[in-house]
Amino acid sequence: MTDQPLLLSGAAFWKSFRRNRIALAGLIMLALALFAAVFAPVIAPYDPAASVEITIDSIYARPSAAHLLGTDDAGKDVLSNFIYGSRVSLTVGIFASFISIVIGGTLGIVAGYLGGRTERVIMRFTDIMLVIPDLPLTVVIVAITKPRLLNIILVIGLIGWTTTARLVRAQTLSIKERKFVLRARSIGAGHFHILRRHIFPLVLPLLVVNSVLIISLAILNESTLSFLGLSDPTVVSWGQMLNYAFERGAMSSRAWWVLVTPGFGIVWLVLGFTLLGHGLEQVLNPRTEWHHLTDHPLMVSLPAFPETHP
Amino acid sequence: MTSSPSSALSLRNLHKHFDAGRPGLLRRDDRLVHAVDGVDLDLGRGEILALVGESGCGKSTLALTLLGLERPTSGEMYFEGTDVARLRGAALKDMHKRIQMVFQDPYESLNPMMTIEEIVEEPLIVHRSFPTSDQRRARVIQALEDAGLKPADSFLDRLPHQLSGGQRQRVVIAASLVLDPTILLADEPVSMLDVSIRAEILNLLADLRARQGISILFITHDFGTVAHFADRIAVMYLGRIVEIGRTEEVLRAPRHPYTKALLSVVPVPNPRLRQKRTILQGETPNPIDLPTGCRFHPRCPIAEDRCRLTDPPAVTLSPSHSAACLLIENDK
Ligand SMILES: Nc1ncnc2c1ncn2[C@@H]1O[C@H](COP(=O)(O)OP(=O)(O)OP(=O)(O)O)[C@@H](O)[C@H]1O
Ligand SMILES: [Mg+2]
Repeated sequence: MTDQPLLLSGAAFWKSFRRNRIALAGLIMLALALFAAVFAPVIAPYDPAASVEITIDSIYARPSAAHLLGTDDAGKDVLSNFIYGSRVSLTVGIFASFISIVIGGTLGIVAGYLGGRTERVIMRFTDIMLVIPDLPLTVVIVAITKPRLLNIILVIGLIGWTTTARLVRAQTLSIKERKFVLRARSIGAGHFHILRRHIFPLVLPLLVVNSVLIISLAILNESTLSFLGLSDPTVVSWGQMLNYAFERGAMSSRAWWVLVTPGFGIVWLVLGFTLLGHGLEQVLNPRTEWHHLTDHPLMVSLPAFPETHP
Repeated sequence: MTSSPSSALSLRNLHKHFDAGRPGLLRRDDRLVHAVDGVDLDLGRGEILALVGESGCGKSTLALTLLGLERPTSGEMYFEGTDVARLRGAALKDMHKRIQMVFQDPYESLNPMMTIEEIVEEPLIVHRSFPTSDQRRARVIQALEDAGLKPADSFLDRLPHQLSGGQRQRVVIAASLVLDPTILLADEPVSMLDVSIRAEILNLLADLRARQGISILFITHDFGTVAHFADRIAVMYLGRIVEIGRTEEVLRAPRHPYTKALLSVVPVPNPRLRQKRTILQGETPNPIDLPTGCRFHPRCPIAEDRCRLTDPPAVTLSPSHSAACLLIENDK
């Protein structure tokens, strides 16, 4: 990676960020989602937790003035569920990816910086974690440990750090060889000082870009779990809405609104984070030119819909 | 041999060998890279000593060993008369404060994300030299001015990429001055700079020696830069000093065939001083498989049979001049 004076001042960063349409589009999409999640009780016309009296007409009711996006199999307002569902996706996405980034970042920096036996052990472990397919492992662990929100966050976070660890290790390896690190050692700086002052600041941009992409992966993972029936029953989530819809005959009732709405939410968030990630990458590392047709090393191929996830 | 206490730094039969093979699970390669292979050298207090040699002869490794960044394989190092191997704790740390290095590449040796103030202040923080940031800032400004960056305040908040190569090298020098070193190791400090700026940096170093009495080990592969600048010249070949003497002795009357060959290809302004060119033949030296006998014999234009067998000791030519060649008597 090359010099990045852009990151140095907040003003300069914001200036070039604002000029980046991709980043800006992603940010606006995410700001809207965040707004919906935070103010859900104010925006949502109904409370998903409140019980409703079910009549034959209130099940899978078409969109109407009372229910802008119709109702679901339990007669609940889909729009309200949809708004509340953003809370789970964002919570899981942010906290799980935080865990992944901390683990992956720490392991990657330590492996890259220390090298030798430590590096071999860490990277062997990472490789093992990498070849185990994430989804089956996540499903098994969540199924065993009860699908509570906290468990879901922990499992997704504890499994999703491998790509981060490898990226950060590679970046650390190249920074470690740079002359200013040797110069720092020559003035007598210890490992901690070098990691804090010289390695970490140059790994940080990569970590920021990567964490945005990791968030969208975590969101997809959570949706996939919920879709497979492993959702916290006490809260509404988009994957769970899809799961109920598929299991409780939304298809045969032609209740497209129960399917399209949560799917749209998932795509919206994942797209928002992906755009922000790409935009940030361009802003933080202006010399990296990527094309949408080429595989960029930082790109994670993102399925547009949870069921296509491996 | 012992060290003379008048030396800032003395090396006795210093060796630094590296494993030749890359570390791996199955690899076993017992061969060694003889990067530094028996160096005897004294750096006088307040002296500028030039260490000259081809690429790969072990100059940088020697400097890194002196800095304590590489552990010597064997041999002794004396810092102001004290055996470095005996130094522990605070004394060792103090020695590392007193020996500072200026690196070759001023573009690479500054962290692009740190301001000039942070860069020059860093050694003070690492060594906890001044308790308050005001004191540190005063020291930083002083060092920047000593390194010729004036007015110093205007540089404090700048980033390396906003400076020219010469200015960057001055920042590196300032950062090496804040700890009041007695020894400066300068590893090709001007080779990456424009010719027009080189003289400025050399003058700065000469100035520091004159004003602050700093000893300088000046590493270079180019005789041209050291002629007017160094007090003495040491010529290194494959990990060993093959000739050492006062600058005019080595430049005017080189005695080792390697020194002669190197000097014969240096452009000389005065055509009457120009000698016949000796172009060294043979492979570039390989510090893994050292030649038997004299390590220079495979490329030596005047080598004889005995050069293959005997590793030549240093021959004293004058109190200040010596060279390690078996054929020196014949050469007279
Ligand atoms: N860490 C290391 N491991 C193995 N070999 C090394 C290591 N460092 C240096 N060497 C080898 O030791 C020899 C001396 O290297 P050194 O960098 O000291 O040469 P130099 O005289 O500074 O050359 P240059 O003028 O190109 O800077 C070279 O053959 C080099 O490949
Ligand atoms: Mg070198």
